[in-house]
Amino acid sequence: MSLLVFTGASQFAVVGVLGAGGAVAAALAPALLLAARNALYGLALVPVLRGRLPVRAAQAQLIIDESTAMARAQDDPELARRAFLATGLSVFVCWNVGTLAGAALGGALGDPRSLGLDAMFPAAFLALLAPQLGRPGARTAAIWGGAIALALVPVARIGVPVLAAVVGVLPATVELRRRARRAAP
Amino acid sequence: MTWGALIGLGLAAYALKAVGPLLAGHRPVRPGAAQVLELVAPALLAGLIMVQTFGGDHRIVLDARAPALGVAALLVWRRAPFLVVVLCAAATAALLRSLG
Repeated sequence: MSLLVFTGASQFAVVGVLGAGGAVAAALAPALLLAARNALYGLALVPVLRGRLPVRAAQAQLIIDESTAMARAQDDPELARRAFLATGLSVFVCWNVGTLAGAALGGALGDPRSLGLDAMFPAAFLALLAPQLGRPGARTAAIWGGAIALALVPVARIGVPVLAAVVGVLPATVELRRRARRAAP
Repeated sequence: MTWGALIGLGLAAYALKAVGPLLAGHRPVRPGAAQVLELVAPALLAGLIMVQTFGGDHRIVLDARAPALGVAALLVWRRAPFLVVVLCAAATAALLRSLG
């Protein structure tokens, strides 16, 4: 599953629903919602992922939260492409080795929450977001994206809030337009 | 879970990822469009941070993850290295959980 799907959040969603006794169809819906985020990442990575069709097709499988964030943290396209590939490949290998190890060791490990592992992800994403905030409109996009996602947590299905955060691009675009109009008399 | 469903999910997840790079990858990106695409990542990242810090089972949760994010924000602001930020956030959450 880790080799084929390689979308951690989707995998956890499927296993969570199936483990709770849900039907396969009910398990697939949230998984696809979570995977839909990667389509937006794909768009965000269009300027970075160049090359011939087979190259781009192979690279697409490496599109995940981490590789997108690392790539977008670089301003230079060549550095961004290298960051994307390095992150994507290393997560791909570790994720699959980890899946095997987890299957073998099972419950021998303690609760990952007691080690604070769940707090590592938002911290990592924050560290990746921070350097991007200097770009025009990025601050507005981030504030709106964060607010929209947070507001939807209590009401929307799992996976929807992060997806909806992309709407934060709209007010930021409006701001950019307004700024451009003011600059050009 | 059947193999059919698993392979279907794998294909669907891949198709979603491939849409952008495969359809648009061979054309130069217009500067206006590029500027808007640049905004997708910060919006999504901010959403991801919020959901992973305060997200619970259909409700907003305030737990050890919030102070951990605060520590991370402070360290990012002080330009600490990436690994330091991530490990200190984990340590903060772990410490708070072991105390309470």
